[in-house]
Amino acid sequence: MIDWFHPSMLFIFGALLIPFLRGKVQQAYLMAIPALAVLSVSLMSQGTYWTYSFIGNSLVFGAVDKLSVVFGWVFTIMSFIGIVYALHVKDNGQHIAAFLYIGGSLGVTFAGDYFTLFVFWELMAFASAYLVFAKREKQAIDAGYRYILVHIFGGVCLLGGIILHYVSTKSLAFGPLEKDGSLAFYLILTGFIVNAAVPPLHAWLTDAYPEGTITGSVFMASFTTKTAVYVLVRAFPGTELLVWLGTIMALYGVVYAVLENDARRLLAYHIISQVGYMVAGVGIGTDLSLNGSVSHAFAHILYKGLLFMGAGAVIQMTGKRKLTELGGLYKTMPITLVLYMIGGFAISAFPLFSGFVTKSMVVSGATHDHRPLIALLLTMASAGTFLHTGLKLPYYMFFGKDSGLRAKEPPVNMLIAMGMAAFMCIGIGVFPEPLYRLLPFAVHFDPYTGEHVTSALGILLFTGLGFFMLLKKLDPEPTISADTDWVYRKGSRLFMWFVNKPLSIYENYLGNIYNTWFTKFTLYFSSFLAKIFDVRLIDGFVNGIANFFMNLAQTIRVSGSGLVRNYAFTMLLGSVVILTYYLFS
Amino acid sequence: MIKKIVDFIGNPDNAGKLKKMGYVSLVAVFLSDFFVHRDHAIYIWDKIPGWGAFYGFFSCVVIILVSKFIGHQGGIMKREDYYDD
Repeated sequence: MIDWFHPSMLFIFGALLIPFLRGKVQQAYLMAIPALAVLSVSLMSQGTYWTYSFIGNSLVFGAVDKLSVVFGWVFTIMSFIGIVYALHVKDNGQHIAAFLYIGGSLGVTFAGDYFTLFVFWELMAFASAYLVFAKREKQAIDAGYRYILVHIFGGVCLLGGIILHYVSTKSLAFGPLEKDGSLAFYLILTGFIVNAAVPPLHAWLTDAYPEGTITGSVFMASFTTKTAVYVLVRAFPGTELLVWLGTIMALYGVVYAVLENDARRLLAYHIISQVGYMVAGVGIGTDLSLNGSVSHAFAHILYKGLLFMGAGAVIQMTGKRKLTELGGLYKTMPITLVLYMIGGFAISAFPLFSGFVTKSMVVSGATHDHRPLIALLLTMASAGTFLHTGLKLPYYMFFGKDSGLRAKEPPVNMLIAMGMAAFMCIGIGVFPEPLYRLLPFAVHFDPYTGEHVTSALGILLFTGLGFFMLLKKLDPEPTISADTDWVYRKGSRLFMWFVNKPLSIYENYLGNIYNTWFTKFTLYFSSFLAKIFDVRLIDGFVNGIANFFMNLAQTIRVSGSGLVRNYAFTMLLGSVVILTYYLFS
Repeated sequence: MIKKIVDFIGNPDNAGKLKKMGYVSLVAVFLSDFFVHRDHAIYIWDKIPGWGAFYGFFSCVVIILVSKFIGHQGGIMKREDYYDD
């Protein structure tokens, strides 16, 4: 009897078999692996498994506690939903990349030491980048390279931090870091918050996610940032800096979502906003707020997956991705619309939907920790969430002015995947208890009090009123928004310009000085010297050397017979001469 | 069934009916906030009936106006070909 099986191994080694299978068999196989992974999580009991000794340290692949199990659940469930959504895709590379990506994510979840964590962390970065490259368009490939470069930066910070941490503590164990303000602390934190997309290190997300393949972006929206939330919960609970970074994030994403015209980029900005709640919850660091972060991550993975699936379905069926080019699709895509709206209600935290029972936990965490400003700002961000994801996006995509597009509903596997996610969104909202029981801390929290329901509905419905009153102002505009990726997209150009213009002018200038003065002077001087020395002295010297070598060569040619015996004799003779010299001198 | 509801909502002829339903639900939600027990209120605003409605509307307007202001005046919104040359 195996007492524990690592779900990552199912995905990572399972990926190897994908290219050898075809058609229905492959589809069945693709679904079987995540199903087995869900099963393996359901059979887990707490403890430490798969420990190996490696150059004096123990590597722990299976650190299982309540915190890792709850993430294990949602990652494996989402992997199943995501694979069903991608079943029609005939690109083995994408399936393999998705499997490796999920495997990396689960590997991080169950890693008990920083070294194991780092290896799986990098696997995630590279595997997920393929999901962007796989779109095979120049725009996507460029974004993919920027994505991978930012993640390499984050990985280097993380690795540097891990090494410094190891040097000072002699331990690789992955757990809460001491808030000593050391360089190791901040480097590891930086490595983690790059993946959590905390501004100003967030632009890779909104740059790359909308460029990924339709099915690939669903995975990306679910795994990278939430894995980062998991590691933050484990290593940085109660880090004051994160409270403010998280709150800024929550509002930052909302502001950019107002300006955004690309459907999936708008949703990507709302990932930043939603992860802001989780990061703030980690920063507050009370049992209630940490539970809030974890449960919100759980709910978020499902509703965000659903929203990306809905927007992806529209993009796939219409070929359009900008809100200015979409509209009036309700007639031909009603099921997609309804499923998308369930995700929209869930992210907006409508009562009876998943966001309501999880987001409120983070806000309550802030309230109970006596942080009124944080609670108010987070509530404001949640109004913005409904405004965009629940109202603006569906309004301009499915209603609004008729674009004349008459796209059909997406393939049935995509609808089924969306249906499963929608079912989970409602299920968690109506019956939050099973999720609450999975949470790492034992805290009593009841979201369905009268005052909470009425005030939440008040916030949401009056946000709706504001939306329709200001509808004219909200019309999407065909623009893109400059974000912090400007630094490396335009900034790199500034660097290139600096290399091309001022530096090359400077270089030309130096070159001219060199040419006019140094070269000319040298030439003049050398021609003067040539007249005196060259003909007589140098020529004679050169000719003399040449003659010497010609004579030497003549001698060697005669003595070089090619016989080993002669060479051996010469060497022996030489050795005797040298020995004699040393002995008698 | 789903298609019927969606078509009803999307049909411009029903805009008036939808508007009425919207107003009724706004009033209902606003009034219901006066009839709930506020045992858990910690801050002063949590004790004001209708606070959620007010704050939601206020947030919505602030978010739209501030974002559009930053986008247009702050030079955030760029032409679509801003990054390619």
